[in-house]
Amino acid sequence: MSFAISATINGVKRDIALSDPRETLLDLLRERLGLTGAKKGCDRGQCGACTVIVDGRRVDSCLVLAATLDGADILTIEGLARSEALHPMQAAFVANDALQCGFCTPGQIMSAVAFLQEGGDWRDVERIKEGLSGNLCRCGAYAGIVEAVQQAGRELDSRKDAA
Amino acid sequence: MIAFDFVTPRTLAEAVAAGAQEGAAFLAGGTNLVDMMKAGVSRPARLVHLGRLEGLDKIETLPDGALRIGALVRNADLAKDARIAMSFPMVAEATLSGASAQLRNAATLGGNLMQRTRCPYFFDLASACNKRAPGQGCDAQGGETRGAAVLGASSQCVATHASDLCAALVALDAVVEIVGPAGRREVALEAFHRLPGSTPERETDLKPGELILAVRLPAAASAFAGHQRYLKARDRASYAFALASAAAALRFENGRIVEARIVLGGVATKPWRARDAESALHGAEPTPDSFAKAADLALRDARPVGDNAFKIELARRVVARALKLAAAGTPRVPAALPASPFGA
Repeated sequence: MSFAISATINGVKRDIALSDPRETLLDLLRERLGLTGAKKGCDRGQCGACTVIVDGRRVDSCLVLAATLDGADILTIEGLARSEALHPMQAAFVANDALQCGFCTPGQIMSAVAFLQEGGDWRDVERIKEGLSGNLCRCGAYAGIVEAVQQAGRELDSRKDAA
Repeated sequence: MIAFDFVTPRTLAEAVAAGAQEGAAFLAGGTNLVDMMKAGVSRPARLVHLGRLEGLDKIETLPDGALRIGALVRNADLAKDARIAMSFPMVAEATLSGASAQLRNAATLGGNLMQRTRCPYFFDLASACNKRAPGQGCDAQGGETRGAAVLGASSQCVATHASDLCAALVALDAVVEIVGPAGRREVALEAFHRLPGSTPERETDLKPGELILAVRLPAAASAFAGHQRYLKARDRASYAFALASAAAALRFENGRIVEARIVLGGVATKPWRARDAESALHGAEPTPDSFAKAADLALRDARPVGDNAFKIELARRVVARALKLAAAGTPRVPAALPASPFGA
């Protein structure tokens, strides 16, 4: 059984032939589209390393069947920065040592970007921790991650005020 | 994952027909089903993708004041709905206490009702499990029983029902709207989930091909809006299933309780409504003593499995504390850590 989907990935519309409905969005991104930023950690929706944003919502791409995505708009870590300039969340992760090995980082950043887009309160540390609880970091960089979200939240809010 | 056919119906009639075929399973958010398929626990021959059906992702107020929540409404959208916040706030608190933001963005209401147990023996193909393979036996009994049910279990199955949302919905008299090969019908959510008995593989009232359309919260249940809480004890403050949880709702007149609702989660084989405990509170004053008595009644029939007797006392305390929090009043600003005993 084969069929095709049409989806926008990081701003580029693509027609994608699927040969097997078992293919997840994560496998499609990594194995066929060369977008290896999203990581396969648990592959069971428990670790968040595969987090991407689909139609404005952060999801675990390991649990999304690609066949369900006809017409979807997908943003991965590769589409976050504009040319050479880092997204404020990426810059804040660098500035706050919000990573050690880096494996969970793309998922952490996509999840954190979505947290702010959802209106998450970056001033409240408890709400940041709760909002990012779906992203595990086995190095334990959580303190830096919380600081990075606060810095990026402050930065993005001040840009809004300036605009 | 074994191979399967994948179909995307455009109408309800097509969906029902496809779902009624041997080996078919409905796919909504996929957060539970895809995971189970990867584990080999669920092996459908055909997936019926519901994502293109029109109109099932709406929340609407009906002429009689009831709130009708479509089966494909995402948990994240349910939790932030203004009508839920106004009239049925513990539905939002329960929803937000479950899973992670990523999962709540994909998971649907219908899928939440249909979710399977997280009993580790159900997920482990090397273990005997009557729910996964009827007649095989139950390795949970005699095994690691920390998560096992202390209410509603049978000799065949001790698996808990894991939903937080269902506990809150049962407490508020939710009704499930169903469509199937024989037409439409509805059933109280309290009666939707079955006790395991001798057929633990049959978990719900649904027949082959039947599909959940919506869940309705009756207008009368909004009388509890000012005094309701969901409280959940778990191994970490977020992103963990309940060890014991309780949905508690109270209605007061002249300082006395005139109506109470108590539903337990995480300790029973289905969302567990404690009617005797509710009745005991009718006419009572909201004191620690009356809440303790209600909690005792709620756990009166509880029986430990293996070494999990601690869950009985834990659940008792969770019920009493949830009642106390409900009596204090629904918070105006939702808690940073939803349903958490810390900071509640």
